[in-house]
Amino acid sequence: MLVIHCPFCGPRNESEFINGGPAREKRADNPNAYADADWIDYLIEAPNPLGPVTEKWWHVMGCSMWFSIQRNTLTHEILDYANKTHD
Amino acid sequence: MTSQLRRLASGGDIDRSKIIRYEFNGTRYQGYEGDTLASALIANGVSLTARSFKYHRPRGIMGAGSEEPASFVELLDDDASSSQPITTVLLREGLRAKSVSGWPSLKYDLLSINQLITRCIPAGFYYKTFKWPNWHFFEPSIRRIAGLANAPKQAPTKGQYESRNWFCDVLIIGAGPAGLTSALTAARSGARTILVDDGTNPGGGLLNRTDKVNDKNTSDWITSITDELDSLSNVLRLQESIAWAYREQNLVVVTERQPAAELLLQRTWRIRARQVILACGAIERTLVFANNDRPGVMLASAVQAYVNRYAVLPGKRAVIFTNNDSAYPVAVDMIAAGIEIASIIDSRTGPSNAMRELAGDIEILTNHIVASTLGRQRVRAVVVQSNETGNPRSIPCDLLCVSGGWNPTIHLFSQSRSTLRYNDDLAAFIPHEAVQACECVGAAAGEFELGQILADGIKVGARAASDCGFKRVETSVPSTASSAPYSIEPLWQVNSSETSANAFVDIQNDVTLNDVHLAIREGFGAIEHVKRYTTGGMGIDQGKTGGINIVGAVANRSNVALRDIGTTTYRSPFAPIEFGAIAGGRENSALLPYRHTPMTQWNKDFGATMYESGARWRRPGYYAKNGETFQETVNREALATRTNLAVYDGSPLGKFDICGPDATKLIDILYTNLFSNLKVGTGRYGMMLTEDGRILDDGVTVKLGENHYLMSTSTANAEVVHRHIQHFLQIERPKWNVWITPITTQWSNATVCGPNAREFLSRVESDIDFSADEFPFMAMREGTIEGIEARVFRVSFTGELSFEINVQSRFALKLWERLFELGEPLGLTPIGSEANHVLRVEKGFLSLGHEVDGTADPYDLGMSWIMSKKKVDYIGKRAVEIRRSVESPRRELVGLLTDDPSRLVTEGAPLTPSGRLEASEGFVTASVWSVASSRSVALALLTNGRSRIGQTAHIRLKGEIVPATITQPCFYDADSLRMKN
Repeated sequence: MLVIHCPFCGPRNESEFINGGPAREKRADNPNAYADADWIDYLIEAPNPLGPVTEKWWHVMGCSMWFSIQRNTLTHEILDYANKTHD
Repeated sequence: MTSQLRRLASGGDIDRSKIIRYEFNGTRYQGYEGDTLASALIANGVSLTARSFKYHRPRGIMGAGSEEPASFVELLDDDASSSQPITTVLLREGLRAKSVSGWPSLKYDLLSINQLITRCIPAGFYYKTFKWPNWHFFEPSIRRIAGLANAPKQAPTKGQYESRNWFCDVLIIGAGPAGLTSALTAARSGARTILVDDGTNPGGGLLNRTDKVNDKNTSDWITSITDELDSLSNVLRLQESIAWAYREQNLVVVTERQPAAELLLQRTWRIRARQVILACGAIERTLVFANNDRPGVMLASAVQAYVNRYAVLPGKRAVIFTNNDSAYPVAVDMIAAGIEIASIIDSRTGPSNAMRELAGDIEILTNHIVASTLGRQRVRAVVVQSNETGNPRSIPCDLLCVSGGWNPTIHLFSQSRSTLRYNDDLAAFIPHEAVQACECVGAAAGEFELGQILADGIKVGARAASDCGFKRVETSVPSTASSAPYSIEPLWQVNSSETSANAFVDIQNDVTLNDVHLAIREGFGAIEHVKRYTTGGMGIDQGKTGGINIVGAVANRSNVALRDIGTTTYRSPFAPIEFGAIAGGRENSALLPYRHTPMTQWNKDFGATMYESGARWRRPGYYAKNGETFQETVNREALATRTNLAVYDGSPLGKFDICGPDATKLIDILYTNLFSNLKVGTGRYGMMLTEDGRILDDGVTVKLGENHYLMSTSTANAEVVHRHIQHFLQIERPKWNVWITPITTQWSNATVCGPNAREFLSRVESDIDFSADEFPFMAMREGTIEGIEARVFRVSFTGELSFEINVQSRFALKLWERLFELGEPLGLTPIGSEANHVLRVEKGFLSLGHEVDGTADPYDLGMSWIMSKKKVDYIGKRAVEIRRSVESPRRELVGLLTDDPSRLVTEGAPLTPSGRLEASEGFVTASVWSVASSRSVALALLTNGRSRIGQTAHIRLKGEIVPATITQPCFYDADSLRMKN
């Protein structure tokens, strides 16, 4: 059970959050401009490293905020909260 | 009732004034307060306490704590639980226990025939042999033979489990000499300190030995420390509590087995500590020789614990077999207790003079080994052999104490993902680098000298507290008699001519040296493979006493150094933990409480059978009246809707208020169809896809005003849709100005439907004009109904004229009751989800989880019209296009009319080509009795279904094939004139 620092609510138990998978590039404004293969890559190719990964979490049992953290998948250490918002 | 013939007249930490009666395998015995089940059985001379897992060999008590590898018991009655180590069961008045295996009885175990064919059933035998027709065919009977205890038939009837989340600065695991001094030092500095210990009393290894600290008996010294700890408000002491998991971010899970609260069975603590000190001591290991599992073979340290702490005699005449110094003080204590020691067999060439001095006039056979033990249900002699001459010699005895050296208890340290390294001096794996804020101290760190352990405890306790920001407080190091340094020469297995088929490396799982060799021969030589191939180290005891001997056996056989082999991964739980303790109070509805609408009590009073309708919402399934059957009830409710007037409670539907300058843009990209041309005061049915093209949800969204929408979703998917929208808004398009408020529970509704709905509502006091011209299909009107502010939507999920009256939840019951007052004379019928299901199937309306199964797209469902051609982009558009360009044929939604009109089939039943036993070409998504058609109707997803309309499909059931005609997926009012009227 991780303790995750929600940018709005502060440190809370992992059970209040839902993991949203690794962060990826923003959805394109016009997906039609992509070749099929490239769009399929965008849909299914997710980073899955052994080590640090930037991933999204949703504070479902709290403020409903989506935010990103950097977590080491080997040790579960949360390395960085810097990427708090997405704009 | 047998008296305690093997109990010493004095000594020990037991209270002879408190006699405890208990029962083991049907025989009644007595023990004293302070006993464990193991010590109380030894006191009564019971030596056969178990049959082994696979070969049903007789086994006895080998250990004195959670390391016990041989004897496990099932507790009965109120204590009912399975597979507890016999050494950790505290004696309690009326305790009833039985051995885990042994049939018909422990003494005459018929399955011990397996012993004779040991050679024929090596590791992997069952899996290799019982593979036709498949393993699962044989598994139940093999499990019964091999198995562990049965799970209790029911949960404990008295009391409950609970769990707590807790925080502290310094958490110390183990209240031995290292743990006590660390805890005292940390506590004196002011740090919030928790000291966890799995023993009945604090003291750890000190309790089993006869050391002195500060010239006092250790018990006095221990009491002085715990008294001080208990006087401090910043200290929490958890005794009889096992720390069994070390997770990320210094989270340690501890189960308190005997919490001091009435009716509390166990309490699990999830403790998050800033610093963790692991003072869990060390565990003695066994030695590997033939018949090293016979009752009467015990760990030397366990024998020491039994004579000193419990004042019981595990034997009368003993042989000690060791490769290290720690067995010598045991010999001294055994002699003091009155046990005759026939001989000390030391595999080393030269034990130190200090050890020889300790042994006094006991015969020491150096450079000797024990090759085997003799006896049947108890050791009666050991065969001793010189390493030089190889000449065997038999020594009669009834107890063989073995000591293969000591393993620091690094289980939790390793669970924390910290690394280990092999230490040659100790011939053991010891802590290397910590990856979390934790430190091992004392024997757990590989330090076995008491004076040094006490000093280290103080040092580590002070460091942990100061790392948490507390000032250092001086604590003086207690004095002890100096002792000789620990010395060992590893002996991973004895080399003798005796067969290694009966030399056990994992006593609990019946894994022999031969099994390890077989694993290596068959190419499973990596240590993790050896473990899985042989199951060595995978038992309840997690190989605490024998695990490293497996590493040693692999090293010997493969000629690789132990340091290069390493250990297998240590995993939680460290010791057996009851499921109840893990679940705590989170059982059944306490974990996920049900959600109720304001009409729930009314519905129940009216005779509703309540169902969960998704997302923990409870809704009426049907309202049976006057002894109606289920089908009669559903037919009556459906018919009332088709012919007259009905109402249902649609409150659980997900509802979201969406507003902001970019709200329209958002709605347009979320739904597949166009919404930007929607007029204020009207709604539209929409479909939502995920980015990878699966159908996520469907529902009606109403435009309340410019840039202001009310979106409704299916009941079960409300949260998923919320996540989807919030993710899109916050992560993909954070600059869009849209505000979303979930209002599912703020609004409740009563949906009035049926051909007489309009006429009925015209009789209700309202400023809303319900006439067809003024209130068309898909319109929304705001106004008051019976004085309550309402939003009324003209939407329909039943195919009839329908008005969904939404009011704030606190007025919902009032509205509901008023509608019934007015509607009862007209035959207003409340209907449940079962009738709703019939009505929607008749109309061919979709239901998520039925027709929408994660593979179907809107085209498959005959809804190409909902995939907007005008919009350049919406979520999932590309994915559906790409998928349809490569995946064909598709399964398409069709209707099915069984040849036998009365025939209903199971929803989910497969359709196969001509009903043959081959890959299915679809399945039945819904099958109901249609009141409109007076026959059964079904919906199905069928390969190329639309082009096969008019042909016959075959539903393949167990032992039967049901033919059905393929039709359009709509059985009622195909032009929807009734609902749009």
